[in-house]
Amino acid sequence: MKFGVVVFPGSNCDLDAYEALRGVTGRDTEYIWHETASIEGFDCILLPGGFSYGDYLRAGAIARFSPVMQAVRGFAKSGGLVLGICNGFQILCEAGLLPGALLRNRDLKFHCEWVHVRVENNRTPFTNRYGQGQVLRIPIAHGEGRYHADPETLARMEERGQVVFRYCTEYGEVVPEANPNGSVGNIAGVCNERGNVLGLMPHPERAVEGLVGGTDGRGFFESLIETLSTARARG
Amino acid sequence: MSQTAQGTAVTPRWEQVGLNEEEYQRIVSLLGREPNDLELGLYGVMWSEHCSYKSSRVHLRKFPTQGERVLVGPGENAGVLDLGDGMAIAVRCESHNHPSAIEPYQGAATGVGGILRDIFTMGARPVALLDSLRFGSLKEGKETTAARAARNRYLVAGVVGGIADYGNSVGVPTVGGEVYFDECYNENPLVNVMCVGLMRKDRIVRGRAEGEGNPVYLVGSRTGRDGIHGASLLASQEFTEAAEEMRPAVQVGDPFMEKLLIEACLELMETDAVVGVNDLGAAGMTSALSETASRAGSGVEVEIANVPRREEGMTPYEVMLSESQERMLVIVHKGRESEVEAIFRRWGLQAACIGRVTTDGRLRIKENGVVVADLPAYTLTDEAPAYDRPSRRPAYIDERQRLDPAQVQPPAGKDGVEESLIALLASPNIASKSWIFRQYDYMVRTSTVVEPGADAAVLRVRGSRSGVALATDCNSRFCYLDPYTGGAMAVAEAARNVACTGAKPIGLTNCLNFASPERPETMWQFQQVIEGMSDACRALGIPVTGGNVSFYNETLGRPIYPTPVIGMVGLLEDIDNRLTTGFDKAGDMVALLGGLPGDEGLAGSEYLKVRQGLVAGRPVIDLDAEARLQRLLVAAAGARLLSSAHDISEGGLAVTLAECAFHGKEGARGVAVEVAGLPAGCRVDSLLFGESASRVVVSLPEERLPELSKMAEREGVPLLVLGCVGGDNLRVAIKGETVIDRPVAELFKVWGEALTCLMQ
Repeated sequence: MKFGVVVFPGSNCDLDAYEALRGVTGRDTEYIWHETASIEGFDCILLPGGFSYGDYLRAGAIARFSPVMQAVRGFAKSGGLVLGICNGFQILCEAGLLPGALLRNRDLKFHCEWVHVRVENNRTPFTNRYGQGQVLRIPIAHGEGRYHADPETLARMEERGQVVFRYCTEYGEVVPEANPNGSVGNIAGVCNERGNVLGLMPHPERAVEGLVGGTDGRGFFESLIETLSTARARG
Repeated sequence: MSQTAQGTAVTPRWEQVGLNEEEYQRIVSLLGREPNDLELGLYGVMWSEHCSYKSSRVHLRKFPTQGERVLVGPGENAGVLDLGDGMAIAVRCESHNHPSAIEPYQGAATGVGGILRDIFTMGARPVALLDSLRFGSLKEGKETTAARAARNRYLVAGVVGGIADYGNSVGVPTVGGEVYFDECYNENPLVNVMCVGLMRKDRIVRGRAEGEGNPVYLVGSRTGRDGIHGASLLASQEFTEAAEEMRPAVQVGDPFMEKLLIEACLELMETDAVVGVNDLGAAGMTSALSETASRAGSGVEVEIANVPRREEGMTPYEVMLSESQERMLVIVHKGRESEVEAIFRRWGLQAACIGRVTTDGRLRIKENGVVVADLPAYTLTDEAPAYDRPSRRPAYIDERQRLDPAQVQPPAGKDGVEESLIALLASPNIASKSWIFRQYDYMVRTSTVVEPGADAAVLRVRGSRSGVALATDCNSRFCYLDPYTGGAMAVAEAARNVACTGAKPIGLTNCLNFASPERPETMWQFQQVIEGMSDACRALGIPVTGGNVSFYNETLGRPIYPTPVIGMVGLLEDIDNRLTTGFDKAGDMVALLGGLPGDEGLAGSEYLKVRQGLVAGRPVIDLDAEARLQRLLVAAAGARLLSSAHDISEGGLAVTLAECAFHGKEGARGVAVEVAGLPAGCRVDSLLFGESASRVVVSLPEERLPELSKMAEREGVPLLVLGCVGGDNLRVAIKGETVIDRPVAELFKVWGEALTCLMQ
């Protein structure tokens, strides 16, 4: 079982993702340089947070053209697990691997804070260790995290369980006051139809150790192990 | 220069580059001839106040700089302290005041960029940023017009935005700092940025151009006409109303380029191909080339045509003085060129070989093979003039220091006390700064153990048990009222903030912000502050690893308060021994270390300013008592006796208790304390709102109290049990009479929302 963390120029949560994957799963984890055109041998690819290519033009807009993204597209198409966190989520949306887009926060300011999100779908490969409706305390740190999709797309996503996380209060209420960036429907994370590509704005990799604030993000990485082990057992 | 050709020949040559006639004659005698225009320009920037420290150097020598943990002291790009376990920490603080006053967003952003380069230049991975900011009043008032208040709000938003966008993008967490508001900064905001970096102790890189024939590379952004005379001249004269016209002299930052530079340089430094590295800051190539050569006692020959440009037609003068951001000078071993170039290419960076190291000690600049400047490199740096400028005790001091407490109307009864407390909690100097730090990514790199808002930030050191505590501090009102004591108190409080996390202070950097050095009163303040800081450093055993001086912080004759910002580094040998500000559990005892505050604490207090409109009194500090208090805190934390610690500063004991409650864990957000008796003659407002130095509120389980008492007694630190954590209210009684009894939630709302309200 091997995890890959893609490093774009300007990625800056690559270390955190790497440490979280290795620390929680104890499995092989490697960095993948953005110029790499082949990603054979990996079971899961993580696109980390940061400001790829400075996020100039638009967050994630340039990264989608890098050679590694060609490979990631193929990997996703063949059912490989792809997880995008923060800038990684933005890149996946820009690359068309996830529906919707991420706009500048409602108040046009960067927000770094601990928020609560509710697990809306625990049947994905990334969330199966969480309870349905479980409330997680996880930080956000972004300036462009306001999720947007047209009503038709949204309706289809809701129907197919593609909305995986919503911002909520600590008691799990999905209300406007708990929405830090103005995302439509308080959406914090979504997956593709097939469920093997997931993106979210909050940073689970920052919530895997009590020393630096919390452990609610561990379930994410534990879910990946569960998914991959089961898949392997089935052969 | 072209100016001469354009008919301004009446201006003497030296004045065109900001020097005086005596300085010009010094250049002539050093060179043995008249300098040409380019050479004169190089001396002009390098001998400017900003680059040469000509008014401050003789005084800065008084700082104690030795210590067993000092690996690199003043003189390099950053100081370096030994953390043990083979690890070291690089630390530096720098001002970006003048550019930020003119263009707040880019001024602050490039300040962050510059200080980061100072750190990774040393071979250290930048791991934390802190910002010490000073702004004028956000509200219209006696000394502040509505337009000025609006301008100040614009400056706050711009500076914070600039810091946020740059720091967030490069992925270095902004973990702390402080923000103060005072009318004395109405025209001159201060933006001081501190950065620390971690490295292996045996991998320190120096800014030296050594080894004959070694190639000299310029890496990163292309060189443009931006920022010519930016830091060097902008920051070397006082502002006039025409300052707005200097906006083009402010540089523009590119954090993405900086991020690439950080990664590429650190990767390069992992090889042994590197001889020396220097960033390009104020005075651009001129300072980087002359400093690296003079530190090594060598020379450098440069072909200026090889410098990648942003635009055509740049003169050698413009290339040498450009302060275009995100550029580094890298000297490597000859024969390793292809390896070095490959690393930069991998990161998409341009690396141009612009010259070679020589042994003749000269900075020789050629343009297409023709020598256009040729001078001894050390004359730009070591031979810069140094002045012991005249100083005079300002007339205001005696008048301001006189404070008769009898003239201060005490608050009337419980209502009066509560009203004062609420007014203090709403004062932007005390109110929560979350509106600001929420815009900073303070968690990236997942090592931030204690987040912004506490006395000091705490970071873990990956791969070891230890942690570092970081704080910046300066109460400039104290420095204004008594510069000597204020300087000592700035060091003491920064160290106390660090000690309140359980960490032992091990070294400090500083940023000394003052008005014009040509004003004798400023020089007196400057000397007094340095004396006070030095005495405090000696008393507390803390060496100075470097610093920065920013003069000319005045506009149209209105000087700022003397503002010596201290950047303190503390070491926690075991991160599990860390303490935080907030109460931990209901039932814990609350105790005061250092004794009850007295009337002397009214001097320069926020209470006097906010409630009485007064800036007066004479602050005092007993450095010996301070040292004992800090030793006690570190020892008590090491013995795991304490649940929390928070020092008394702005707003006094009442505000400190409120803040402990605000930061308290769930179920530990109330507190009830009772002061059994007031010291003879002590006033209620002195006790509750006075800012007597060297006092800390701690909480701890009752069963640990006897041991703490014993330790306190051994150190000779007075310990007074005040009450205990619990309930929902902040309740304070004096001699049986309740003077404060309000729900913490209500006070929290006032404190939490005040700054946001002011900014909207």
